[in-house]
Amino acid sequence: MFLINCPFCGERDQSEFSSGGEAHIVRPKQPTELSDDEWAEYLFMRKNIKGIQFERWNHVHGCRKWFNVVRDTSNDKILSVYKMGEKPPVNYK
Amino acid sequence: MPNYRIHKTEYIDETKRVSFKYDGKTYFGYEGDTLASALLANGIHLVGRSFKYHRPRGIVSCGAEEPNAICQIGSKKDLTEPNVRATELELYEGLEASSQNCWPNVKFDIGGINNFISPLIPAGFYYKTFMWPKSFWKKVYEPLIRLSAGLGKSPTEPDPDIYDHKYVHYDVLVIGGGVSGIIAAKMAAKNNLKTLLVDDKKILGGSTIYQNNESIKIDDKLSSEWLKNEIQEIKKLSNLTIKTRTSIAAYHGYNFLLAKENLTDHLPKEKKKNKIRQRLWKIRAKKVVIATGSIERPLVFNNNDRPGILLSNSINKYLDYYGVTCGENIILFTNNNSAYETSISLHKKGIKNIIVDLRKSASSELIKQAEILGIKIYFNHVVTNTFGYRKINSLEIMKLSEDGNTTVGNKIRLNCDCLGMSGGWTPMVHMHTQSGGKLDFRDEDQVFLPKENSEDQISVGSCNGDFDLENIIDKTVNKINKFLDIDNQDYQDTNIICSKENDKRNIWLLPNKIPLGKTKCFIDFQNDSTAKDIKLALKEGFRSIEHVKRYTTTGMATDQGKLSNMHALGIIADTAGVKMGTLGTTTFRPPFTPLTFGTLVGRNVGKFFEVVRKTSMHEWHVENNAEFENVGQWKRPWYYPKNGENMHDAVQRESKAARDSAGILDASTLGKIDIQGTDASEFLNRVYTNAWSKLAIGKCRYGLMLNEDGMVYDDGVTTRISENHYLMTTTTGGAANVLTKLEDYLQTEWPELDVYLTSVTDHYSTASICGPNSKKILNKLFPNLDLSDENFPHMSFKEDKLKNIDCRIMRISFTGELSYEINIESKYGNSLWKMCIEAGKEFNLTPYGTETMHLLRAEKGFIIVGQDTDGTMTPSDLQMDWIVSKKKYDFIGKRSLYRSDTIREDRKQLVGLLTDDPKEILEEGAQIVSDVKSKPIDMLGHVTSSYFSPNLNKSIALAVVRSGKTMKGQKLIIPMENKNINVTVSDTIFLDKENKRLNA
Ligand SMILES: [Zn+2]
Repeated sequence: MFLINCPFCGERDQSEFSSGGEAHIVRPKQPTELSDDEWAEYLFMRKNIKGIQFERWNHVHGCRKWFNVVRDTSNDKILSVYKMGEKPPVNYK
Repeated sequence: MPNYRIHKTEYIDETKRVSFKYDGKTYFGYEGDTLASALLANGIHLVGRSFKYHRPRGIVSCGAEEPNAICQIGSKKDLTEPNVRATELELYEGLEASSQNCWPNVKFDIGGINNFISPLIPAGFYYKTFMWPKSFWKKVYEPLIRLSAGLGKSPTEPDPDIYDHKYVHYDVLVIGGGVSGIIAAKMAAKNNLKTLLVDDKKILGGSTIYQNNESIKIDDKLSSEWLKNEIQEIKKLSNLTIKTRTSIAAYHGYNFLLAKENLTDHLPKEKKKNKIRQRLWKIRAKKVVIATGSIERPLVFNNNDRPGILLSNSINKYLDYYGVTCGENIILFTNNNSAYETSISLHKKGIKNIIVDLRKSASSELIKQAEILGIKIYFNHVVTNTFGYRKINSLEIMKLSEDGNTTVGNKIRLNCDCLGMSGGWTPMVHMHTQSGGKLDFRDEDQVFLPKENSEDQISVGSCNGDFDLENIIDKTVNKINKFLDIDNQDYQDTNIICSKENDKRNIWLLPNKIPLGKTKCFIDFQNDSTAKDIKLALKEGFRSIEHVKRYTTTGMATDQGKLSNMHALGIIADTAGVKMGTLGTTTFRPPFTPLTFGTLVGRNVGKFFEVVRKTSMHEWHVENNAEFENVGQWKRPWYYPKNGENMHDAVQRESKAARDSAGILDASTLGKIDIQGTDASEFLNRVYTNAWSKLAIGKCRYGLMLNEDGMVYDDGVTTRISENHYLMTTTTGGAANVLTKLEDYLQTEWPELDVYLTSVTDHYSTASICGPNSKKILNKLFPNLDLSDENFPHMSFKEDKLKNIDCRIMRISFTGELSYEINIESKYGNSLWKMCIEAGKEFNLTPYGTETMHLLRAEKGFIIVGQDTDGTMTPSDLQMDWIVSKKKYDFIGKRSLYRSDTIREDRKQLVGLLTDDPKEILEEGAQIVSDVKSKPIDMLGHVTSSYFSPNLNKSIALAVVRSGKTMKGQKLIIPMENKNINVTVSDTIFLDKENKRLNA
């Protein structure tokens, strides 16, 4: 059971959050310009990394804010938490 | 009656005699006893029958690792509990226990016949035998296995006991209150860290607390005396909480642990009443110290499972802690030094004993003591067989060959009434591995040890492979100082004298002249698997420990193989010729010992099992006999039976009344989201498929929301209340998810939009009145409101007051009738409802529930998201192309609507179905085909909604059918169990295609 440090509320139990999958997948600005393959890339393809992964989480039973998390999926350690719109920490690339 | 209680100890209160029943017979013990110690004091070893061969089995251990002494507690239907370990159950007045896994009784057991046919029950027996024929499984094999398995009985009535949950946060959690745990807790607490120390026993102190050997001393005191002093000291520490009778069940990530505290299980029956029985602690600790100790290993030799054969250290504990001897003529069989402690203790209490030691020779303080006392020691000998049916009465030993692979010389027969086994110690690494920690293998004494890999978790003491007292104390102190980053000097001058030799001769499967196939060398006592089974599994090609374990069921009983896993691994390694450390181990999973369901559930039983949401009108519905339907967490009126009506009759009456005159529905549960901000219109443009910019203030519009994959996600009517203010409604079940999804887009994709979302579902109650007379009823409620079609047309909204209370009135319709929804602040919901009912009396205003609502909308072909859709339906599939804006550049899911897959013409599409026999009502979910003769039958789709329409006087249904759009008028077949139903594809709108009734 993770302890997640919501950037707005502080450390809370995982049961207050819901996961939103991989982070930094930007919705295309002009979807109609895209081919089926390009759209499918945005819509379906996810990295699902074993190791350091950038993820979106939502404090759904708290402040309802979405934010980003850097998590090592091999040991579930959360390495960093940052707000939407902020640049991802560079040291985990 | 024999009495094996041979001396007084401070842990047994001989002034408090306790009577208890075991297998129907009354016995006596004392306060401080466990059921096991009390049975042993009464000379009872035989406590059950083994799982597969039904061999007589006795008490083996004194703790959580016990494989045999598993009992059923109590006989009451609601209070009985299976799988309780007699070695952990504290004795109390009135305790009733019975042995499990034997019928008709423990002494005469019918399944014992399996023992004689055992060559027929090899490893994988269940897999091999019960495979064929298939039909035999349900009727023959399963009942047979269940009958003979006999792993206790579940209670058949609800548990009347109270259970509790508690959340706590600590700086440091110490698991285990033996020497190392006590030291760790003291160091942490004295350093101002908020500390919790838990131990599963009644008192702290582990195995040192009853240690009384003169050769083991701390600061010139017996180690037990020294430890008692330490315990007194830590009890004074203000920031240390000590919880005894509390066992850790699970160690999850981020130092989140579950512990079970036993509060009343040890109390006499009458004192248990109205008290919390067990409490589940949910612990978050910044740092965790694991000090769970180690358990003694049995030895694997022929017939090592007879009653009267125990672990050597358990014999010691029964003697020194409980004052009970396990026999009068005891043999201790060992491969290491620790059995000598037991031997010396026994000797001092006057119990005759001899030692059989696998080692060629050995010398230590303890061995010297034993020799001085004149205790007979057979070095370099091995037990090759035991005798005695219900209890051991003698055994055979033989000399070991030089390499230890075989036996030599003559058999020596020795009489005994008890045998102690000591195969060395296994560190309890369960907590470490549960937390995600890895293990290292130490070759010299063949143990798995925790690999330190975390800054917030550490193992100390014998669970870390430190076995002698000096090593335990020194290492614990050093490690804790480092772990907690402190500099505690309390133990710097502690002077420890102890026996330090850890010399051990480890042989996993002891040699025997008898061929292995004819021996019974048990590895897993509870699941009855033998060394032979393991070898057979390897012969049959199994290699992975996880596979061998499942195939032979070794380690898969309720004790999770605490005594057996190491031997299984060892024998696999020896047989396969690989190093044990390379095999890995099986996974230790929570719970460490079985938990009751009551503890897990806590107070969340009965009406607290799940959150229930009720509308403001709920009481009225109850008073008016509504049957309720669960929609998400909501309780919604389903239908209102009158005068003994069944559901069908009630729904037919309600549906007819709603169209003939007027009906009223509690629509409060629909999700409501308040949308405000200067970009609110743009936001709606992006989330719905249709256009919103031109919606006039005071008007309502139906919207369809898609997922980015183009599939219908939710629908509802949204009202423009003012320039920058909308009220969105969602489906009842989808409300929370829609809000989350909208927030997601707002916060992550379109943060530039000035839009604010607020859930107001619970803030407003909604009464929806429909039918040709609804306008008249509205007029009575709101006499000043101009209800004319010109002033208040369909899909528009007005504000008015009802007795001075603000109302929002929407003229919208989900039934196809002239219809109004009145929204009022929730606290006035019930009054609003009653006023509507009162005003509607003269028009036969009929309350209707969700079932009638579904029927009425189906007559009009309106979809229900989640019933007629399933996450694979596009608007086009639903024949709702009209709601998809062609002009809008983008909205959620737009691009997906012309992916190669979504434009396929043979997708399943929504159609209407009419049965050839208008009285025949289709079953929802039924499959639809065109040809029943082809094999395999081509499935075209399924029925999604089906009703008998009282207004049309015929059966109607909605369905999704492959290429359905092009099939109007075509005949299809619904094959049912006993007949084929003929149907014709129709339009989805069955009633009032011209929408005349909306303005009737
Ligand atoms: Zn938050």
